[in-house]
Amino acid sequence: MSQGPSYERYHRQMILPNFGLRVQRLLLKSKVLVIGAGGLGCPVLQYLVGAGVGYIGIVDGDQISLSNLHRQTLFAIDDIGLNKAAVAAKKLSQLNSDVIIEAFTFHLTNHYALDVMKDYDIIVDGTDNFATRYMINDACVLLKKTLVYGAVSQYEGQVAVFNHFLPNGEPSANYRDIFPDPPKEGSVLNCVDAGVLGMLPGIIGSMQAAEVIKLITGIGEPLVNQLLTYQFNNHQVFTVKITPQSKTSSFIPTDATAFKSIDYVWLCSSPPNTLEINAAEFDQLTSQKNIDIIDVRELHELPVVQTFSHLRIPLPDLKESAGQLKNDTVVVFCQSGMRSLQAAKELSALWGDTKRVYSLQGGILSWIRFAEKK
Amino acid sequence: MKILFFGQLVEVVGTKELIIEGITDIHALTSSLHQQFPLLAQSKYVVAVDQEIVSGNQHLHENNIVALMPPFSGG
Repeated sequence: MSQGPSYERYHRQMILPNFGLRVQRLLLKSKVLVIGAGGLGCPVLQYLVGAGVGYIGIVDGDQISLSNLHRQTLFAIDDIGLNKAAVAAKKLSQLNSDVIIEAFTFHLTNHYALDVMKDYDIIVDGTDNFATRYMINDACVLLKKTLVYGAVSQYEGQVAVFNHFLPNGEPSANYRDIFPDPPKEGSVLNCVDAGVLGMLPGIIGSMQAAEVIKLITGIGEPLVNQLLTYQFNNHQVFTVKITPQSKTSSFIPTDATAFKSIDYVWLCSSPPNTLEINAAEFDQLTSQKNIDIIDVRELHELPVVQTFSHLRIPLPDLKESAGQLKNDTVVVFCQSGMRSLQAAKELSALWGDTKRVYSLQGGILSWIRFAEKK
Repeated sequence: MKILFFGQLVEVVGTKELIIEGITDIHALTSSLHQQFPLLAQSKYVVAVDQEIVSGNQHLHENNIVALMPPFSGG
């Protein structure tokens, strides 16, 4: 955007009180990253590009599917199977060539998040899972970026502005000031499992776009230190005040290295089929057929177990070797039950509910004590 | 005291709104609700009193409006 703003294109917003050329120029200079180009991301993108926000990044690794079209209004039948960020970028550039649009056609993980996000002024969360939402929140805190949050659940939606720096130099509340640690994925349903009407993310996404415009232009009062809940069924709005909590910082990684080492998917994973079993239950399973029993300790660890047949796959190699496990029931053990619990969670995350995975509580030491008594 | 439920909690308790009397603080309220609706105990939510999110326990008055709000993840 080397020339001045197009008066004709932006005329209807520029004639608003407190808007004008100066404010339009602010928009054209702003950089906004929209993470997720789905039900929320589509309206956010359409309105921000329409309004002339000068630099827009779009992150989405998903492909467009038929079931997206009822709410993801940037996409059409011919786009099915194509990457959302790429298609969105193409359509949006047809809407407004003033705007420089960059598409990131991958799922944002904590390995690239800081690099992708650092060049933008405002981050918009239009994602659909807790793992990514917590990761984005933490990244915004680390990078000191304002986060415009939006989420839906069946007939209700939420909007908030997190981690916005106030005139006193302090950041406003962030998502972890409401929910310090993530709920387990699956304990709260997403759109796939719970269903959603297309208009609801349309409304919530439009509200997110409005918050971005308010933040950039200084017009109105953005939802700082507030969480707005919108009820689709009766158009009622319920806004609650959020206060930054001193304990929140203990939940947020202290630096980029710590951030990158967090397994956000793991934090939110709650494999319902992972179950710890005690030594007696384990003992029973050792005599059964069609079960894979695995010692996940390192190969040099003692005692070596010879009483029942089992495989030895140290924990670091387990995911890689998981394909060799053919039985539908898998029992893992280690020395004291810690590593095997982790192994069970990893396997469950890998297999979903297609296999039953058990971890021996208290490890092989507890089974040895049990066997001696027997 | 009016109790409001949001998101999936409406399905868990079967109503959007309840009136409960004789409750003096948040702990007493949540444990009474968990007893009445065991599934609620397994749900994650925050408590807002008079439209302000509170952490920890707090004394409640009959004219407080208490909201139980779960996290949303959909997009």
